[in-house]
Amino acid sequence: MRQLLLALLLAPLAAAASEEAKLDRAGIDARDAVSIQRGARTFVNYCLNCHSAAAMRYNRLTDLGLTEQQIKDNLLFAADKVGEPMTISANRKDQKEWFGVEPPDLSVIARSRGVDWLYTYLRGFYRDDSRPTGWNNVVFPNVGMPHALWQLQGIQALKTETAEEDGHKVEHRKLVLAQPGALSPIEYDKVVRDLVNYLSWMGEPAREKRTQLGVVVLLFLLLLLVPVWLLKAEYWKDIH
Amino acid sequence: MDWNMAQSNVSRGKRRFLIAASSVMGGVAGAAVAVPFVMSMTPSARARAAGAPVEVDISKVEPGMMITVEWRGKPVWIVHRTPEMLASLPKMDGEVADPKSKVKQQPDYAKNENRSIKPEYLVLVGICTHLGCSPSQKLAAGDADGMGSNWPGGFFCPCHGSKFDLAGRVFKGVPAPINLEVPPYAYLSDTRLIIGADSKGA
Amino acid sequence: MGKLKALLGWIDDRFPLTANWKAHLSEYYAPKNFNFWYFFGSLALLVLVMQIVTGILLTMHYKPDATQAFASVEYIMRDVPWGWLIRYMHSTGASMFFIVVYLHMFRGLLYGSYRKPRELLWLFGMLIYLCLMAEAFFGYLLPWGQMSYWGAQVIVNLFGAVPFVGPDLSLWIRGDYVVSDATLNRFFAFHVIAVPLVLLGLVAAHLLALHEVGSNNPDGIEIKKKKDPKTGIPLDGIPFFPYYVIKDIVGVVVFLMVFSAILFFAPEMGGYFLEHNNFIPADPLKTPPHIAPVWYFTPFYSILRAVPPMFDSQFPGVVAMGVSVMIFFLLPWLDRGAVKSIRYRGTIYKSALAIFVVAFLVLGYLGTEPTNVWGQFGPWLGNAERATVVARVFTIIYFLFFLLMPWYTKIDKTRPEPERVTS
Repeated sequence: MRQLLLALLLAPLAAAASEEAKLDRAGIDARDAVSIQRGARTFVNYCLNCHSAAAMRYNRLTDLGLTEQQIKDNLLFAADKVGEPMTISANRKDQKEWFGVEPPDLSVIARSRGVDWLYTYLRGFYRDDSRPTGWNNVVFPNVGMPHALWQLQGIQALKTETAEEDGHKVEHRKLVLAQPGALSPIEYDKVVRDLVNYLSWMGEPAREKRTQLGVVVLLFLLLLLVPVWLLKAEYWKDIH
Repeated sequence: MDWNMAQSNVSRGKRRFLIAASSVMGGVAGAAVAVPFVMSMTPSARARAAGAPVEVDISKVEPGMMITVEWRGKPVWIVHRTPEMLASLPKMDGEVADPKSKVKQQPDYAKNENRSIKPEYLVLVGICTHLGCSPSQKLAAGDADGMGSNWPGGFFCPCHGSKFDLAGRVFKGVPAPINLEVPPYAYLSDTRLIIGADSKGA
Repeated sequence: MGKLKALLGWIDDRFPLTANWKAHLSEYYAPKNFNFWYFFGSLALLVLVMQIVTGILLTMHYKPDATQAFASVEYIMRDVPWGWLIRYMHSTGASMFFIVVYLHMFRGLLYGSYRKPRELLWLFGMLIYLCLMAEAFFGYLLPWGQMSYWGAQVIVNLFGAVPFVGPDLSLWIRGDYVVSDATLNRFFAFHVIAVPLVLLGLVAAHLLALHEVGSNNPDGIEIKKKKDPKTGIPLDGIPFFPYYVIKDIVGVVVFLMVFSAILFFAPEMGGYFLEHNNFIPADPLKTPPHIAPVWYFTPFYSILRAVPPMFDSQFPGVVAMGVSVMIFFLLPWLDRGAVKSIRYRGTIYKSALAIFVVAFLVLGYLGTEPTNVWGQFGPWLGNAERATVVARVFTIIYFLFFLLMPWYTKIDKTRPEPERVTS
């Protein structure tokens, strides 16, 4: 939220300098458990080989309505038991060599980056042969990560157009789909939305319980206020 | 004095009621806050994962031998008993303190003469019921392990001398008061056991 | 019932239970005209107790080790039953503590609660405030996120700006050449034991000092001046128990509603109570683009930033920041007004206080943002950053509020104080 405000405040400056990527709205529905389940599958299949999510235990996914057997059958690739966390066996030193940086743990990535950033990031990769991986990203310039989902999205290219606006040159950058992937852009957006929904859920699995309990607590406190207030009013009748 | 409490009885009753109502609701609030705090000290998901049931392959355990596995930080013995060992058990009924396993040191499916689901395999938590040492295995009958020629086979705890038979039953006249614990367990197949869960999936 | 009385008698023969109950509760006579501003003392005590209880529960699971701290916080949030609730209570409580304490201090400014004979009460309060700042600073390192790490790095480096002893002082505080595991462990010791013990002692002293002279009130008059000739009880005084205990309970319930609304629906508070960057584990090799202290330190941080380097040193800025906090200690002696309460002060003082509040809030806001948040002036002002210019102006206003106070409070045209309290 604050990042977004910051981006908005800096926008007038940014236009004169280089263009900051505007963030697309992820539009996730945190209550859609099935969407989060789909996102979990994408996560385990595409992300969990380089990235860990060491604070996330597989059996916590039962909160989404999955049974432990379903989790074992569909999601338990990198561990033996459902009670284990989503750690990976990748060699961290090797990763640092290959990518220049260790792929960060993703347990709370949604809380630091925000869902809009993640949504735009995962759809913002484009071919860039000047980069070691051959990939670059509009919201994370010179990122070390290759496009893990390229087979689904296809390959995007970055087109730069210079235009005249208000008497000075402004650069507009656009992403175009140079080579289609297995999914159409709308289907791919949906997959990313589900994945981001999962990342958001994984960042704070207790969130739904938190808000539900909040309603109960506030209603109870409102109720408690009644006798407590009346008690005060009654005793303070003594005071003139 | 402005607060001179010269009120009528009605007012006094009202005050008592309001104090009671506020106290009751306040007490509920207090309990509602105390419960999560107390629960936070119960085993976490990490502790429960570490204490999760353990699967064991028993295909390589020879008759007359035993293996030890770890479950919840404790040693668990799996003994492959021979027919002779099983035959010796009824003869021990007079020498053990709790021959019928009346004290609940085993799941109901192990409350039998052999203290096991199948007679051939005995599963025990290897911790002496006296003060917690781990007894030594003295499975062979007779003097082979220095237990005297009358030794029927079983376990001997070196700390204070408690003795247990080949069903984990405690001898009379030793410091340990009760039989060795049989943990919940189940057969996943003829060669695989799961320790820490029974067939109900505890 | 007789048994209960006998038990009480047995205790009273050996421990001043009833004597203290009377002195501090049932026969402590407080002015009957306490208003909204008088809730915040008891609320501060409530938050202190909450922080201690939730803090103890957190230390059962938290690991004060640089390699485990961040993960242990997520362990609490996910694996510990109700851990998320305890963590949010503690983080929300930390920010609420400062909101409550700032409002509590502001009451002092409004009604002259620091004036004679309550100077010592004010000094204890200021010491509590300093301890609270230290407690928050030490506590903030513990999650070992990026903000935790770099915030601590910046603040400890401030001590390095002290002439001659600076670098050695920083080395001693850190226990290492940079903020590291050594620093984390000792900050844990300070946060969990040392400062809470000092805080508890100071709170006790604060209450004893208060009860020695009696409470002030919104009219700023001394109720002990008008006592009932027979009983010796102040005419405008009422026993704290039951009247203010019952009234404070209402305050507690309303406070808990606000507290719960934040905790259950917006514990991050848009990144002000739990900062986004702190969900990234500390990385000594990568400084986040924008470091800011937590919101409750930002007015003073603004002042630090506003002072330009002098004599090749940032030390003047550090001094200015230190003085901006410490100057509050001098209030009882800076204020030469004829009356205590703002109700009877003239336009000069009211304006001064209003401008000070605006300065405090603007400086506070600016401290949360980078200095280029409002862009630059044109070349006519040397392309100076707008936010820096504004911060400098308000820094001067901030200090003038205190420095000119002996003068403007004296010339301020006050109204006569009443003989008895008004509502």
